Amino acid sequence: MSASHPDYRLSQLDQLEAESIHVFREVAAEFEKPVLMFSGGKDSIVMLRLAEKAFFPAKIPFPVLQVDTGYDFPEVLECRDEWVARLGLRLVVASVEEAIASGVVVDDGRTTRNRMQIGTLLHAIEEEGFTAAFGGGRRDEEKARAKERVYSHRDEFGQWDPKNQRPELWSLYNGRIHSGEHMRIFPLSNWTELDIWHYIDREQIFIPSIYFSHQRRVFERDGMLLTESEHNPLRAGETAEERTVRFRTVGDLTLTGCVESTASTTTEIIDEIAVARLTERGATRGDDRFSEAAMEDRKKEGYF
Amino acid sequence: MDLLRFATAGSVDDGKSTLIGRLLLDSKAIFEDQLAAVEATSQSKGYDYTDLALLTDGLRSEREQGITIDVAYRYFATPSRKFIIADTPGHVQYTRNMVTGASTADLGLVLVDARHGLSEQSRRHAVLLSLLRVPHLVLAVNKMDLVDYSQERFDEIKREFSAFATKLTIPDLAVIPISALKGDNVVTRSEAMPWYDGSSLLHHLENVHVASDRDLRDARFPVQYVVRPKSDDHHDYRGYAGQVAGGVFKPGDEVVVLPSGMTAKIAGIDLFDREVDEAFPPMSVTIRLDDELDVSRGDLIARPNNQPQVTQDIDAMVAWMSTTPLRPRQRLLVKHTTRTVKALVKELDYRLDVNTLHRDQETGELGVNEIGRVRLRTQQPLLVDPYSRNRTTGAFILIDEATGVTVGAGMIND
Ligand SMILES: Nc1nc2c(ncn2[C@@H]2O[C@H](COP(=O)(O)OP(=O)(O)OP(=O)(O)O)[C@@H](O)[C@H]2O)c(=O)[nH]1
Ligand SMILES: [Mg+2]
Repeated sequence: MSASHPDYRLSQLDQLEAESIHVFREVAAEFEKPVLMFSGGKDSIVMLRLAEKAFFPAKIPFPVLQVDTGYDFPEVLECRDEWVARLGLRLVVASVEEAIASGVVVDDGRTTRNRMQIGTLLHAIEEEGFTAAFGGGRRDEEKARAKERVYSHRDEFGQWDPKNQRPELWSLYNGRIHSGEHMRIFPLSNWTELDIWHYIDREQIFIPSIYFSHQRRVFERDGMLLTESEHNPLRAGETAEERTVRFRTVGDLTLTGCVESTASTTTEIIDEIAVARLTERGATRGDDRFSEAAMEDRKKEGYF
Repeated sequence: MDLLRFATAGSVDDGKSTLIGRLLLDSKAIFEDQLAAVEATSQSKGYDYTDLALLTDGLRSEREQGITIDVAYRYFATPSRKFIIADTPGHVQYTRNMVTGASTADLGLVLVDARHGLSEQSRRHAVLLSLLRVPHLVLAVNKMDLVDYSQERFDEIKREFSAFATKLTIPDLAVIPISALKGDNVVTRSEAMPWYDGSSLLHHLENVHVASDRDLRDARFPVQYVVRPKSDDHHDYRGYAGQVAGGVFKPGDEVVVLPSGMTAKIAGIDLFDREVDEAFPPMSVTIRLDDELDVSRGDLIARPNNQPQVTQDIDAMVAWMSTTPLRPRQRLLVKHTTRTVKALVKELDYRLDVNTLHRDQETGELGVNEIGRVRLRTQQPLLVDPYSRNRTTGAFILIDEATGVTVGAGMIND
């Protein structure tokens, strides 16, 4: 923030920060057992940074939960561990592989790991008795997310009812839930991809290296550049080659594409995004491509 | 760069979502994959033109029915401002969602179909925007392409609305003739309406002066959370975290903690790991006091010479949102700033007729989407200001204790 405020106006980034911090404190004060869903991606890292600010100099008063698909990028897991260690947090890992092994979710060979995260996540929330789960979703990401409240109510089946959301007035959040239900909380609702990058730049926030330009062996599938990996065997006609790329989102590596880019600093990334003609999900997320309402359907079931 | 939040309003099909789509498209805030998806859907539905409303109507049922059900939040920026748009539904059944979108808006954008003029729903929304004290209002007379861009028709609607608006609290009103579908006067001035000499909608949004809308007179700090690290490094640290709701706080200020009435001085104001020399709305900070007072969530820090009212009797305008009507003797929960208390509906003074602004004093209940003046008695005192003075300390929500659902929005009367 700048040193003087002749007209007492906050910059839009400071305003977003202040509103998000308000949400964190509200949840910590009103919910018995919150948890922060932490993927190790840029949005959840910004979330964690805001939580750090909200309670400083005290520690963040809740644990973090990661849903491990087994197909996560190693660079992302490394970054996750570093954040958790620095802030001294408890990390709960909900593993899709363990969920398959114990029959919590069924691997029928056709369902993606991304989709199996839903059952794994809901199971972990229930097991641990979490009453509120912070997610890094932003309304600018996708048209179903654009409709969601900051406090998004989930029934005892973990489901979202988009046609019947609670009114949400001013910044007076209603955290009432019945036993067995939980609330998803989206403190970054009003941030855009560009806001996130400006904030990462301003705060010098440590994020996984794969967001920056690097050399990688990739192949094309469905118009996306996917990373070569043992989890992602090449199909007939596909060939891998080395390209200069970076990731705009990070998720399950079998579904998350990268973009060709030479942007190797946050400032270069900001310049690149400012002129981008595709949304970050449109460019790089196979999970949104199945149908027009793919995100809405997954969200209803309990997705992040 | 600063921020402007605006919300659309107006009746079903008056073109709110189309306008937002147009605004986003013409200011280059739409990505190729988003436009391609909308073009494909329009084509497959057999439309003659690309339905820009599909850019914001993101839910499956909205697309099926061609209406907006819940608020869509959209974002775009021009070199001078970032905009947060709440595109709200026009359908009366979803008024609660319109109120949701409008409650945080700096500006309300009311659309009217030039062919039909003002409807009951446009009036209801104007009344709500006025009650919510949205400080700026734009009346966009839309579908001018369907009335041959007629100045006469525009003037007629403008007159009708201005007459209605004199009975409301609307500090700043602009009226703009547009075609959301064709883009006239949305981003650039239209050549089809040479008789109009005002600015385009976007130009207006970029330049509307919002700096003076905040309450900088009354220092108000609702305590949200007590920060006590209990660590070796910060053994004695005790800070009161919250978001400034009004006025300016500085280290050294003499303050009073309510409702206890005890006083202390501000020892320091922390913003994360830095100390700041002043805090004002909407900053989220942590205030340290020089005295060990008993302060907890729900208390409020103010200046001794300028305090909110400490009261258990609340007189407010209420927008009711539940299909179970509000009635005298009913018990509810009130959430006001960081305090949630039980309350009893003592009286329902009147129901407001949104068409005529007539006050119906005979009514025994407030139905869904109705607005009325209500008196509540709360179990514990609240620390309140009139809503006209402060949109934070003057506002509350009503919660049904059994269902947990938000059933009303309240604005405290002067
Ligand atoms: N000719 C013409 N048609 C328009 C204009 N603006 C909107 N329409 C059409 O009016 C219809 C309704 O538009 P919407 O944008 O969905 O209306 P809305 O106000 O968002 O409706 P709700 O959200 O359901 O309240 C659509 O068929 C639009 O294409 C305009 O300026 N001119
Ligand atoms: Mg609409």
